Parts: sequence; C-alpha cells; structure tokens
Amino acid sequence: MLEIGLGHYLTVGAILFVLGIFGIFLNRKNIIVILMSLELILLSVNLNLVAFSANLGDLTGQIFSMFILTVAAAEAAIGLAIVVIYFRNRGTIEVEDVSTLKG
Amino acid sequence: MIAGLAFYAFAGVLIASAVMVVTSRNPVHSVLYLILAFFNAAALFLIAGAEFLAMILVIVYVGAVAVLFLFVVMMLDIDFTQLREGFQRYAPIGAVIGGILFLELVFVLGAWQSSGQSEGLRLHPVQEGVQNTAAIGRVLYTDYIFLFQGAGLILLVAMIGAIVLTHRDRLRSRRQDIGVQVSRRTQLDMASVPLGASIGELGILRPLPPEEEKPKAVAHDDHGHGGHH
Repeated sequence: MLEIGLGHYLTVGAILFVLGIFGIFLNRKNIIVILMSLELILLSVNLNLVAFSANLGDLTGQIFSMFILTVAAAEAAIGLAIVVIYFRNRGTIEVEDVSTLKG
Repeated sequence: MIAGLAFYAFAGVLIASAVMVVTSRNPVHSVLYLILAFFNAAALFLIAGAEFLAMILVIVYVGAVAVLFLFVVMMLDIDFTQLREGFQRYAPIGAVIGGILFLELVFVLGAWQSSGQSEGLRLHPVQEGVQNTAAIGRVLYTDYIFLFQGAGLILLVAMIGAIVLTHRDRLRSRRQDIGVQVSRRTQLDMASVPLGASIGELGILRPLPPEEEKPKAVAHDDHGHGGHH
C-alpha cells in the first residue's frame, strides 16, 4: 500500500484529467476558468509522462514533458491575450456570445 | 514509507485543490487553488525523481502562468455571478461525461501491462551517478536540439503574438512622419554665397510659418458695477 508505483501516479493523473474535463463543462461561460481547466489537463499529462519516465528509467518522458510545459505556457499567454482584447471590444467574456465569426 | 505517506498527502491536496479550481465561485480563488495544485504537482515530480521538472514547474507555472492568470482575472472588470448562470444545468452532463471518461481510463489502466522487452527499448536510459539536471541537459542539447529550438521559436511567436494582440496605439504620441519631413519644402536650389554676406542680404530666408491666431485680449469692462476707481 505504501509502496508507490506507476499505478498510483496514473490514477492521480486520470483523476486530474477527468477534473479538467469536468471543469470545462461546469464553467461553460467563463473562459478564464476553462483555460485553467486546460492547464489542469496538461498537468495531468505531464504527470503521466514523468511517472512513466521514472518507472522505465528513461529520460525521454521528462524531455517531452518539458516541451509540453513550453507549449502550455505559450498557449496560456496567447489565450489570455485574446481574452483581454475580446473583453476590451465587447465588454464581456461570455463564451456563448462569441459569434462574430459565425462559428 | 515516508515517500509513500508524502505521495498520498500531496496527491490528496492536489486533487482537492483541482476540485476547488473548477468549482470555486470566485475566479481569484480558482487561480490561488491552481497555484496550490502546481506546488503539489511539483512535489509529486520530486517524489518521482524528476527534480529539474519540479523546479521548472514551480518557476514557469507558478511564477509566470498562474500570475498571468491572476493579473487578467483582476484586471478585467467582469460580473462573475452572471457568468455562473447555468452552473447547475451543465453539472450533470459534465459529471456523466467525466464519469465515462474515468471508467475508460480505469479500463485502460487495468488492462495495461508493460512489455518484457521494455528495458531494451529505452531511448535514453538513466545513468547511475549523473544528476537529473545534467542528464536532461546531455540529452536535450544533443538529440533534441531541433525540438529545443522549435520550442524557443514557439515561445517567440507567442510573445510577439501576445504583444501584437494587446498593443494599443496611442493617438496622442508624437512620432516621426518621414513623408511630411521629406515633402516639407517643395523646391531646393543652390546658391553661391559671397563671403561675409548675411542671410538677410541674400534673400534666402525661409518663409515663416503662418502665425497662429492669437486669442483676443479680453476687453476690460470698467464701467460696470462698482469697479475700483
């Protein structure tokens, strides 16, 4: 029970992933919390990569985890910039009102 | 033993703070719980032996991304109570889809087993006596150098994109207008200037710009009521 193996990490990663998905559904109007849920999902993926890397004794998982970290940071910056200009133009950040592009 | 207890403690706090991130009423609290979740994830990384990634997680996520979220949440003047309408409406479908996803993940975890040849299939086995950071550096700057530079390019594009998106032109700033400067005089001519002659004698003075209209002097009304004599 107290021996920590791969299964423990994968379970935590799965719970975190499901919580991120649940957060996207729960906060359908608030795009900032949706972005935070996205960060949670990426964190769970990183957790899985690191767990496999530690279990197999292979460094590749940690390398790719670092690249995921980079992309997540870039995505957060761009997403928040889009939120800021959208709020500046429309005065709200409700996701359901975003229909200017007729999407 | 200690590591096991620490794992359960950090994992428990991580999941609890993740729950608070998605269900919190105030987005500022959400961001603070997100920071707590990142710290606990970094602790889990440490337990797994990925020290460098744990430190990167703390520096990049807590120091940059979460603070960026905090700035944006506090900067935008949003009525967050209005954004929470439909919270109960979407909760059941979210719970159903999350439950299905979790069940599938459990199936995958239950049926999964690693290959017996996985020892020989490793790309970069961990060497004894090399620290985690040094080992990552040895791999990252040799085998993955193009990916590394691609990551740098992505960050550059993200930086320029964020600046371009949020930059606002100030209308009042004085900036150089090269076209106006070049077309300031319509004709240029050369003159042979005798020594000792002043500009006034030669008649090459530039035309003065038209004088601005001066405000008219306010006429003092001394005949009014009870001025001093």
